[in-house]
Amino acid sequence: MSYVLIIGARSDIAKATAREYAKHGYDLYLAARNADELKEFANDIIVRSQRKVKTVELDILNYKSHSLFYEQLEEKPLGVICAVGYLGDQEKSQTDFNEAQLIINSNYTGVVSLFNIIADDFEKRKSGFMVAISSVAGDRGRKSNYTYGSAKAALTAYLSGLRNRLYSSQVHVMTVNPGFVATSMTKDMELPEKLTAQPEEVAIDIYRAQQKNKNILYTKWIWYWIMLIIRNIPEWKFKGMSI
Amino acid sequence: MSLKSWGRYPIVNNIVYPFESEEQLVPVIDSQGEIIPYGNGRSYGDSALSESIIHMKMHDYFINFDEKKGILHVQSGVLLAEILNSFVPRGWFLKVTPGTKLITVGGAIASDVHGKNHHIEGCFSECVEEFEIMLTDGQIVTCSKKLIPELFKATCGGMGLTGIILNAKLILKKINSQYINQTTIKTQNLKETFAAFEEYRGSPYSVAWIDCLAKGDSLGRCLLMTGDFRDDGQLDYTPAEKFSIPFDFPGFALNNWSVRAFNRLYYGKVKQRISRQKVDIDTFFYPLDAIGHWNRIYGRKGFTQYQFIIPKEMSYEGLQAVLKTIAASGKGSFLAILKLYGPANENYLSFPMEGYSLALDFKIESGLFELLDKLDEIVLQYKGRIYLSKDVRVSKAVFEQGYPQIETFRKFRKEHKMDIKFQSLQSKRVEI
Ligand SMILES: Cc1cc2nc3c(=O)[nH]c(=O)nc-3n(C[C@H](O)[C@H](O)[C@H](O)COP(=O)(O)OP(=O)(O)OC[C@H]3O[C@@H](n4cnc5c(N)ncnc54)[C@H](O)[C@@H]3O)c2cc1C
Ligand SMILES: NC(=O)c1ccc[n+]([C@@H]2O[C@H](COP(=O)([O-])OP(=O)(O)OC[C@H]3O[C@@H](n4cnc5c(N)ncnc54)[C@H](OP(=O)(O)O)[C@@H]3O)[C@@H](O)[C@H]2O)c1
Repeated sequence: MSYVLIIGARSDIAKATAREYAKHGYDLYLAARNADELKEFANDIIVRSQRKVKTVELDILNYKSHSLFYEQLEEKPLGVICAVGYLGDQEKSQTDFNEAQLIINSNYTGVVSLFNIIADDFEKRKSGFMVAISSVAGDRGRKSNYTYGSAKAALTAYLSGLRNRLYSSQVHVMTVNPGFVATSMTKDMELPEKLTAQPEEVAIDIYRAQQKNKNILYTKWIWYWIMLIIRNIPEWKFKGMSI
Repeated sequence: MSLKSWGRYPIVNNIVYPFESEEQLVPVIDSQGEIIPYGNGRSYGDSALSESIIHMKMHDYFINFDEKKGILHVQSGVLLAEILNSFVPRGWFLKVTPGTKLITVGGAIASDVHGKNHHIEGCFSECVEEFEIMLTDGQIVTCSKKLIPELFKATCGGMGLTGIILNAKLILKKINSQYINQTTIKTQNLKETFAAFEEYRGSPYSVAWIDCLAKGDSLGRCLLMTGDFRDDGQLDYTPAEKFSIPFDFPGFALNNWSVRAFNRLYYGKVKQRISRQKVDIDTFFYPLDAIGHWNRIYGRKGFTQYQFIIPKEMSYEGLQAVLKTIAASGKGSFLAILKLYGPANENYLSFPMEGYSLALDFKIESGLFELLDKLDEIVLQYKGRIYLSKDVRVSKAVFEQGYPQIETFRKFRKEHKMDIKFQSLQSKRVEI
């Protein structure tokens, strides 16, 4: 067993993470919608690190396809990392339920559907690791992105429960909470330089934390402290704030 | 987001277009008045700065490696460091590398960079088999020394002023160790320094660290470091973890006294005239990369590097004059790097020529540019020239006197309408 399965592999964080795992000797399944567009990237990893890299088509919203998707992986992965996410448009999601649903399903429902299938397999074989990228936005709902935040909060709770369930089967589950990361998701935002991580930094953090079986990773680490403070602002005060 | 160069001076507002794809690049170039490519911002001055910038670092895929020929095909945003990470363990190294590995392949070609082995291997362009470049009209052409010699000679060393380099095939060098046998020679004055360079000419790699504040009899004393790869089969290369300077040092931290103390310590630490060490790639080639953001020690106002070269016949007098002027000014230079170069190549604007080059770091402060103007005069008097990749202030008049092929370059740019599209703050200042 040598493969790590990366879901949402066209994400900038996922790509950096894929390179990081290949660098450390792992082979890769890169799963994404429009996986064909990952061919050049897959080749990049092969030239860099002489690992085996396979691209696989996967739409996280096509729930019915998930079991076949997993069945068809010839060699089962030793771990899975999910980077799928959709920030969406908060204002639109308040009036257009389709947008709200898309945000909820892309960040939450779809991951649940796929992870349930993989968790069963890992639980039976009593090994493996499962990592999903949630967000600090899931730690507390804010008016600027609470549809996204609530979906991530659900994901975070799901991962916590899954970790609890799989603990006795030696399957490790890690929740990743990035703060700001400079990726295509945030390319039109003005992000504060000191609080913003590059995808490569996040990738190194994920790799190291996963190898150490860490449960919850905040990246950059400073976000642990920022969120600690934000979580502890009393609700009567928080409701009047704009942050 | 505004991009800065390594010297963090000047600070200018710019619109940054991150590279997305070749198709997306065409309308970006089209819609902009003037634009300049930016690699990893390791040039010191304003070579990669302008109002509109194309950020090339994300164009960073490896494309192919031909094991038989040792030729690596990569996109132009790939960092040299990434090449080392993948290829040193497989027994390959860069034929030519500058003193930092944190530069892009595009930046290496555009500055036609050189390293400690210039006297043997020449500039970076020597290891460029071919590259693809996007020109003013969005056309992509494949260029090599044989295929389109003028474009090759204009682009290597052309500071991004001929177009956007998209990818390149690089000839790598076989190695059988990640360790280097280093010999350190301690000299007492400039005369000894020159003699040492001559004595060690045959050594594949050499560079000297000069104590710039030494005066009188000690003027020009140095530590000359030479070396070559070992042959012990140890290729277990893992780049060192780096320590990072977390914030700007206050301006006063780097005054004359602290530089003097640093220089004494560095020079004083080496006891014997000749000593030998076994060092790894990162220590030998990239000592400064070990400290992330080291440019912050120069404080908020930033710094610059003054690098010039003087033809060999005149180097001794020229360097003496420069060193005397600096010592008298009392302005501290943390780092002063001296090297004997091999013959010049045919590229229109490549910096190296046969002679001695000195590179000095100065923090930006009042009186500095007056001092550098004085140094310019000395450099010109001794038929020398200035390195654009480090420069932020040289005048058109001073610059062009040093480069005999400057008119060929200007004409080439006009002919191909490159001058209406590709411009940096620097190219406008020196009017190339
Ligand atoms: C610590 C340190 C040590 C150094 N040592 C040396 C040395 O020993 N020898 C040496 O020669 N230099 C040295 N340099 C300078 C450095 O190697 C050059 O400035 C190099 O060009 C920087 O590359 P970059 O990718 O950071 O490009 P940038 O600094 O971003 O740009 C440099 C130039 O390249 C052009 N450029 C960048 N990408 C492209 C592209 N894709 N297509 C076309 N043009 C492009 C830019 O327009 C600009 O003119 C050193 C710099 C530092 C900070
Ligand atoms: N960037 C930040 O500041 C930040 C902060 C906190 C958390 N995060 C989280 O980090 C993760 C990675 O995001 P990123 O920053 O790297 O941004 P990104 O590049 O936009 O990545 C998001 C990825 O999710 C994929 N995706 C969306 N819907 C999908 C679907 N139905 N099926 C399959 N894939 C789908 C997208 O695929 P396509 O490429 O096909 O569109 C895209 O590659 C996300 O979970 C995000 O929520 C990011």
